[in-house]
Amino acid sequence: MPLIGLTALIMGIVLTMQTRPVLVDFGAQAVLPGMISLSIIREIGPVITALLAAGKISSGFGAEIASMRITEQIDAMEVSGTNPIKYIVVSRVLATTFMLPVLVIFADFIGIYGSYIAINFTGNISLQLFTDQAINVLSFDDIIPAVIKTFVFGFFIGIIGCYKGYYANKGTESVGTAANTAVVVASISIFIIDLFAVQIMEMM
Amino acid sequence: MEKMIEISGLKKSFGSLEVLSDIDLILEKGDNLAILGRSGIGKSVLTKCIVGLIEPDEGTIFVLGQEIGKMEYDDLNELRTRIGYLFQGGALYDSMSVKENLIFPMRKKKKLISKGELQDRVEEVLENVGLSEAIDKMPSELSGGMRKRIALARTLIKRPEIIFYDEPTTGLDPVTSGEISDLIVSVSEKYDTSSIIVTHDMKCARITASYLKLLEDGIFYAEGTYDEMASNEDLKVSSFFH
Repeated sequence: MPLIGLTALIMGIVLTMQTRPVLVDFGAQAVLPGMISLSIIREIGPVITALLAAGKISSGFGAEIASMRITEQIDAMEVSGTNPIKYIVVSRVLATTFMLPVLVIFADFIGIYGSYIAINFTGNISLQLFTDQAINVLSFDDIIPAVIKTFVFGFFIGIIGCYKGYYANKGTESVGTAANTAVVVASISIFIIDLFAVQIMEMM
Repeated sequence: MEKMIEISGLKKSFGSLEVLSDIDLILEKGDNLAILGRSGIGKSVLTKCIVGLIEPDEGTIFVLGQEIGKMEYDDLNELRTRIGYLFQGGALYDSMSVKENLIFPMRKKKKLISKGELQDRVEEVLENVGLSEAIDKMPSELSGGMRKRIALARTLIKRPEIIFYDEPTTGLDPVTSGEISDLIVSVSEKYDTSSIIVTHDMKCARITASYLKLLEDGIFYAEGTYDEMASNEDLKVSSFFH
């Protein structure tokens, strides 16, 4: 939460500081809050949050489950009559699938109000006006597909981390390998899913 | 005598490496069988085949009258609640306390057992392994010997009919090894279990086993009581005893 909050805040500030001069040149700074909120909600918020989650959660799952594999904890679970897939994997995948959208909404909120702070570095806009401008441009067509996309991101982050850990080879080296490959594969998957999500949204 | 385990024609290879060539084995009720063999010879592979953790290439395995290879996953898990397996490193769940580790195998039976009875069982098995005071500790706070004892307690809480011990004394000092070996004997007598002890610790084999089998080149190369095996002059056998 603090990691995502801080990243989202910086993301909102940087995005605003880099966009504002261009808009000022065209006398269009009034559209800045709306543009930032659209960018964050449709694309940057979900993708950045998912990448952070891939780095932290997917690698964590990979390392933790690989460690359970090499210390025979998974075998012990199986021999005790418990299905390790249900106990270890399903709970984690459900958690990431349903909690990532919550994190994304949190990141979107912080990111947008990071933009408010950035605008007030150099200009002056009231919170009320900023909020109105940021929200008025949004429609359900912007919000719903973005939220649906984050469920898919969450599912893949969870399943990739668990898969890499669960099928890790024997030996301590495999713990690092599982964590590393989980991050790489999950991160690439996020971009690929995003690509397809954008295509599907365009078709709709 | 009731056959607890019956194996015939068991074969298992990993790639081009044939680990188990032709294994036949019968474990009768009350027997404590020690399987001897050098490291990496396939002893653990054999026990893991028996409990269904590794799928053999050929052969049949009957455990408590049921053929492992033909069972549905849920039925196999049900059968596993009647089997105990002590892993080489203990395999305690790092994220759980000793008490949670002990309760874990009872998850399926929680509806059949009251909370009070479960607590009594936890206290009983901890007392049997001499570690009542460790109930609230985390596995990381335990020594190697203590971890093995807790792992044994976790196995016993299910009141299994068969227990597999995978290198129960490996990595322990001679005194603790002796204590674990004595514990295996007392557990077998108290809970009336049959067991297979995989080891290359001859002292452990002498204390715990009613008979021994030597695994070599994928087959049981020799078998007999400890004294019979100790007097065997075959080089492969005698090298284990001298």
